[in-house]
Amino acid sequence: MKQNQVKFAFFLDLQSAYKTLLRNKIRSFLTILGIIIGVGSVIATISIGQGASKAIQNSINSLGSNMLIVLPGSSSLGGIKTGFGVLPTLTLNDTYAIRKLPAVKTDSGNLGMNQQVIWRGNNWSTFVVGANSTFTEIRDWPVAKGTFFTHQQVVSAANVAVIGNTAATELFGLINPIGHIVIIHNVPFTIIGLLSVKGFNAFGQDQDDTVVIPITTMLEKIAGTTWVHAIAVSAKTSKDTSLAQSEITALLRQRHHIPLHKPDDFFVRNLTELAATANSSANTFTILLASIAAVSLLVGGIGIMNIMLVSVTERTKEIGIRMAIGAKKSDILKQFLIESSVLSLFGGMLGIGLGFGISSAISAFSPLKTIVTTEPIIISLVFSLCVGIFFGFYPAFKASRMNPVEALRYE
Amino acid sequence: MDDYGTKNGNIPLIRLENIGMIYKIGDISYEVLKGINMTIEKGEFVSIMGASGSGKSTLMNILGCLDKPTSGSYFLEGRDVSGLTSDELAEIRNKKIGFVFQGFNLIQRLSILENVMLPLYYAGLHSKDSEKMALSSLKLVDLYDKGNKFPNQISGGEQQRVAIARAIVNDAPIIMADEPTGNLDSVRGADVMKFFKKINEEKGATIILVSHDKNVANYGRRLITVKDGIIISSDTIDAGV
Ligand SMILES: Nc1ncnc2c1ncn2[C@@H]1O[C@H](COP(=O)(O)OP(=O)(O)OP(=O)(O)O)[C@@H](O)[C@H]1O
Ligand SMILES: [Mg+2]
Repeated sequence: MKQNQVKFAFFLDLQSAYKTLLRNKIRSFLTILGIIIGVGSVIATISIGQGASKAIQNSINSLGSNMLIVLPGSSSLGGIKTGFGVLPTLTLNDTYAIRKLPAVKTDSGNLGMNQQVIWRGNNWSTFVVGANSTFTEIRDWPVAKGTFFTHQQVVSAANVAVIGNTAATELFGLINPIGHIVIIHNVPFTIIGLLSVKGFNAFGQDQDDTVVIPITTMLEKIAGTTWVHAIAVSAKTSKDTSLAQSEITALLRQRHHIPLHKPDDFFVRNLTELAATANSSANTFTILLASIAAVSLLVGGIGIMNIMLVSVTERTKEIGIRMAIGAKKSDILKQFLIESSVLSLFGGMLGIGLGFGISSAISAFSPLKTIVTTEPIIISLVFSLCVGIFFGFYPAFKASRMNPVEALRYE
Repeated sequence: MDDYGTKNGNIPLIRLENIGMIYKIGDISYEVLKGINMTIEKGEFVSIMGASGSGKSTLMNILGCLDKPTSGSYFLEGRDVSGLTSDELAEIRNKKIGFVFQGFNLIQRLSILENVMLPLYYAGLHSKDSEKMALSSLKLVDLYDKGNKFPNQISGGEQQRVAIARAIVNDAPIIMADEPTGNLDSVRGADVMKFFKKINEEKGATIILVSHDKNVANYGRRLITVKDGIIISSDTIDAGV
């Protein structure tokens, strides 16, 4: 019974605060505009940041786990060249040697280039990758239909191909591509498998727009070279990545007969590390933006304080009346605190709506898929409530300390 | 001391002993009340008259526990209230005293019913009962059907009756009215005074009334005259209006 009364009283307090604020709709709205914008931008920036993190995370996952990549050329000279202009340092035999290292689970030499793929009258330019039979394992990318090519097929430089989903759709439409023969660079290839759907990578490239063929076939029949673009390496565990890195460096220096005082003619990149760095800088950026947005929440709080002070002065007479009929200091304090809290909480809710709006607009009109999670919503609500209580306290305190006689005399 | 009438050794409802009130404005002090002694018994209807600026409202504020005197003692039902904290005084105002002011002093934002319920709310009553109490209070001043209206939708006389309903809703033993008819014409004023008389006679509430108008003051049964911060006379009023 008593408990019920307390609950009911609180409901009444809320209701009366709500009514009071509704009487001055425009003023109430302007008062909470700062909070709305503050919360809205906090939610929106965090959703962007989380979307970016997720995209980075996805691209780490789409690379395969514990992935290292060995590229030709020295890191000081800056990376690889595309097309046929491959720096001649890495060979397929390097690939097989790396595979025997203790910290390495498996690896695959890679050479990729854009090529026209032709099936009957259809013509599609796609990214043709030469890889080892270990490709599916390293990239965590199983086939959806058919099979991937075997090590035997790599050794014999067989004319077989596994096609990505986008390339398959473009060339074959709804027809099952398996068993059909396509022409790449005047060489016929039998499609033996269809890769599962992988989606876009962090740079917005469609990873499914590809055809994978044995690296040997690629080198001999299409590229006409013995040099590979890159060697993708999968370390045994995530802890082994740096060990694998040093093992690979030592092995390749030995195989390439590089004297001690000469720099490497290749470099090893730890992709997981790279992605983690990118992820953490995305996080830092999000935190920075969100804190700037949070400042506008504080400014919004000052707006609330300002209007509450005006409201207390305007309602001096009312405060006098309430005191005359028995309101205690705490009653008056409570009344105004509830008003400012309702204001700011309402602002927080509208702000969440705004944040949702902004982040879905970004999702709709840009390649970035924003993610709104519950955490920032709850934190913003709690934060705006705190802003309301904090900035509402001084005006409410002022109201509660009024002298009833003087307050009653106020006109 | 007994000039001011302590009857039969009973504890009087109100006893003021040598109440003084000094206002300081800058370096100058104004002695507004200069040693007020008086006793009011339960159920009395006391009218206070006096020239403008004589200190009537100041005295009412002290009697109503809205203000504290600078000197002297105030016993309410035998309890010295001159030293109480503002929250303790608020509780006394809530439980023991109902106010009716010259300017009606209703909260414009709240409906008539909500205005009348407000003292109950501060008394910690929030149940359906409090609505019933407020309605029966409104019935007493013939405004039972006006509960859903707002103060600016009813006449001044009706507003003052709402103020009376609000003053009595808590069954306060003391009703204080400072110029309750000051903003009303004589017809409406008489109408309002009828209800003070009614609650005095039917509910036994003690009424302390300040008025400039002799006709209004004559509703009371005792007339106290204040001049320059002291009581110069206290007489029984024999005949009604
Ligand atoms: N807060 C205050 N500060 C300073 N002086 C005050 C204050 N309140 C009242 N006074 C002074 O005290 C004197 C008595 O005031 P009070 O309001 O009690 O008179 P009153 O008898 O009610 O007059 P009226 O009939 O005009 O209402 C006046 O001279 C007034 O100026
Ligand atoms: Mg006065």
